[in-house]
Amino acid sequence: MTTQTVTGLKGKHLLGIADLSAEEIGLILETAEAMKEVGARPIKKVPTLRGKTVINLFFEASTRTRTSFEVAEKRLSADTLNIAASTSSVVKGETLVDTALNLEAMAPDMIVMRHASSGACHLLARVCKSRIINAGDGMHEHPTQALLDAFTIREHKGRIGGLKIAIIGDLLHSRVLRSNLLLLGKLGAEVWVAAPPTLMPPDVERFGVHSTTSIDEAVRDADVVMMLRIQLERMQGNFFPSLREYFTVFGMTEERMRRAKPDVIIMHPGPMNRGVEIASEVADGPYSVILNQVANGVAVRMAVLFLLSGASEGDQL
Amino acid sequence: MPVVMDAARVERTIARIAHEIVERNRDLDQLALVGVRTRGVPIARRISEAVAAITGTRIPVGTLDITLYRDDLMRHTVGPQPVVHRTDIPFSIDDRRILLVDDVLYTGRTVRAALDALIDFGRPRSIQLVVLVDRGHRELPIKADYVGKNLPTSPRESVQVRLAETDGQDEVVVQEAHA
Amino acid sequence: MTYLLKHGRVVDPVNGVDGDFDILVKDGRVARVGRDLPAEGVPVREVPRGSIVCPGLIDMHVHLREPGQEHKETVATGTASAVAGGFTAVACMPNTDPVNDSASVTRLILERAAEAGLARVYPIGAVTRGSRGEQLAELGELHAAGCVAVSDDGKPVVTALLMRRAMEYAGMFGMPVIDHCEDPSLKADGVAHEGFNASRLGLRGIPGAAEEIMVDRDVVIAEVTGGRAHIAHMSTRGSLRAVRAGKARGARVTCEVTPHHFTLTDDALEGYDTNVKMNPPLREAADREALIEGIVDGSVDAIATDHAPHHADEKLVEFDRAPFGIVGLETAVPLTFDRLVHTGRISMARFVELLSVNPARILGVTGGSLTEGQPADITVLAPDLAVTIDIGRLRSKSKNTPFGGWSLRGGVAATIVGGRVVFVNPDVAGAQALAGA
Repeated sequence: MTTQTVTGLKGKHLLGIADLSAEEIGLILETAEAMKEVGARPIKKVPTLRGKTVINLFFEASTRTRTSFEVAEKRLSADTLNIAASTSSVVKGETLVDTALNLEAMAPDMIVMRHASSGACHLLARVCKSRIINAGDGMHEHPTQALLDAFTIREHKGRIGGLKIAIIGDLLHSRVLRSNLLLLGKLGAEVWVAAPPTLMPPDVERFGVHSTTSIDEAVRDADVVMMLRIQLERMQGNFFPSLREYFTVFGMTEERMRRAKPDVIIMHPGPMNRGVEIASEVADGPYSVILNQVANGVAVRMAVLFLLSGASEGDQL
Repeated sequence: MPVVMDAARVERTIARIAHEIVERNRDLDQLALVGVRTRGVPIARRISEAVAAITGTRIPVGTLDITLYRDDLMRHTVGPQPVVHRTDIPFSIDDRRILLVDDVLYTGRTVRAALDALIDFGRPRSIQLVVLVDRGHRELPIKADYVGKNLPTSPRESVQVRLAETDGQDEVVVQEAHA
Repeated sequence: MTYLLKHGRVVDPVNGVDGDFDILVKDGRVARVGRDLPAEGVPVREVPRGSIVCPGLIDMHVHLREPGQEHKETVATGTASAVAGGFTAVACMPNTDPVNDSASVTRLILERAAEAGLARVYPIGAVTRGSRGEQLAELGELHAAGCVAVSDDGKPVVTALLMRRAMEYAGMFGMPVIDHCEDPSLKADGVAHEGFNASRLGLRGIPGAAEEIMVDRDVVIAEVTGGRAHIAHMSTRGSLRAVRAGKARGARVTCEVTPHHFTLTDDALEGYDTNVKMNPPLREAADREALIEGIVDGSVDAIATDHAPHHADEKLVEFDRAPFGIVGLETAVPLTFDRLVHTGRISMARFVELLSVNPARILGVTGGSLTEGQPADITVLAPDLAVTIDIGRLRSKSKNTPFGGWSLRGGVAATIVGGRVVFVNPDVAGAQALAGA
């Protein structure tokens, strides 16, 4: 275990990894260790957030992230409220701000939001008094995913600094990518990203990563391989000619995995498209830690919920 | 900064507590020590060693972090959350006689939290409380079964237990709390 | 209405004037400009100490929103904003509801402007019916009704053929075609400049090339047709390169740059303030620097605000749902002073060329000089005024600006249209004397 140099988070909200220091990331991961232990108990529940209300406001379909947050909230004894609002119904009627202010009238302590627009959580944080946790905003960030990825990597590798981590897939549209680039950069990993140029975010190198269109170059001697989902609707945008060709050029196969270090782990934030970005043998292979990621998601989210429920510098008024 | 217990005194006190535990518990193999983080943990380990030295039986030691059970966490949000550490109880507490160990007994709120936490781990046959120092001023109906030293204090004072494992040396000091 | 404007530094580049002159205003016109003119019974109005007196500023690119979107702005509020910003005239874009593609809409705008009695308003007609990019609007009729230029602003003239026809046909009436240059397929659903900031913030990008391709095309068409193309709100160094090259070859092409594009970059996107969402988007530092160089060396003809009012509710939404655009009439002068004049990049003569002389010339309207006999459209500037942009005090109906709270040096003391003092800045000591009464 590393020694912590901070004992709390500076911000009121978790809008993105961009706002966290390496020390704060360390604190979240350490706290998640303790939370993971709670999940191993016969009674997987602690009274910590008793009497606190958390609203899970999801404007995009999500099974994994929403249930993960919900389990985390319940393990901390918070009262949870799930609101699945489809973005289209918001177009017709209420604005996001009105929806949020209506929910605020019920005096929640925290709002966990998933939204299709980048920056939607920033907007919420400006108009709401509650703590806001970003559960994914557009193509911007998905901070708890990156935190659980880091937690999983640390669990298997003992560290993050100095590891070669390859991230492959639809980088352009991925909020998981952006959060991971920021986080892995802050913790000192050597990150390689690979995608066709059509799916590469412009100026991605300025994140401090190596970019390549060769999956083999990215995977060579990697300690960690992280596959990102290909959204099937991207084919209409002519980002690549066909799913078949995508798999041929960028799909992760056992053959390609052999170029990585022998003790490589493979990760995927889900949901997976087997046979598109990842072969089933790889997804289910011995180096796959994909299900560990899911399990660790609860611990990391408990840590974030707990740490944000304390006072912050932003409250001094 | 008056030192109320020096290293030798701390050592003798822990040895005495170990003797009392041996005297008052027939089936030592049914016992388990659970130290409350931070300083309850090394005290529990030392008691376990002392008991082993006397009887040859080693009582297992667990570590309990009570942060998630504190009753003041969500009430006065004046600072960041305390740091949570891992709880590590590597044995089943069901039907065991648990010796809960802490350094200082004061308001009783830490012990209340520890009892709640322990009960979430199972159903022990009994729980006894071991403290190195009882400084009075209880706010809850809680009483220790083994007390190293009763130390009358004023609420303005703070009692600090320092241990070699956590602080470099053994001693107990009483200070005027900083206003 | 006759009075003598006394003791200002008059900057009138068309007449080669820069110095302490008095201006005799008589019957709404400039009667005489000279040193120490005798009062001879004419009331004297002293300009505040340190003022600069120049031909009235003309903003050749504003959206007045009337008819149809009066919750954002009206001709009355828009021209109130204009005169408060030092503009004696504005040219308004046709993307109203209905679109200004017919003489009746043009006349309505002109009527409203006359009722308001503040800044002069020069309507810009639509290039195509409904600005749908299909069939030419009745440009001759629009011209006859008072339109000074044509544009489908908000959208580009998409096909090259239509642009060619428009330039040829509008040229017959001496009107330039003002183009919002953007390749729709490259712009797609972008909301911010394509680059690292958009990548980082997960915002869909609008590449500079989306603009540059259209600028290139318009320059070529202007060359081929001999028509006049004016590039609206030019935002990239590539566009500037195309315009420079076109001018060098003799193409009749002019261009404008907005104050926000020479002030801000896409770094301002941090935090997702929808008041930094505009189209074209804020570009990178290298683009901003190139635009300033173009302003300095004369490649850029005009500074225009692209004043685009939107209601607060429309902007208080997710970044990608917010409408593009910011208000600009009341911040243009302070930004130009602070960023270009006081930094030593441009002279006062160039300031007046960019904000008055060239817009008048491009649109073919009166103004741009203090030539005797011209209507007395005069802006009195307070070059050293400490200005803090106070959103609550904006005269525009909309408050969508990223410059709230900014402290800038340089502002407006008073605005005079046709000899009438239509705005006096209460923050400028002594400006009240200009109002006469």
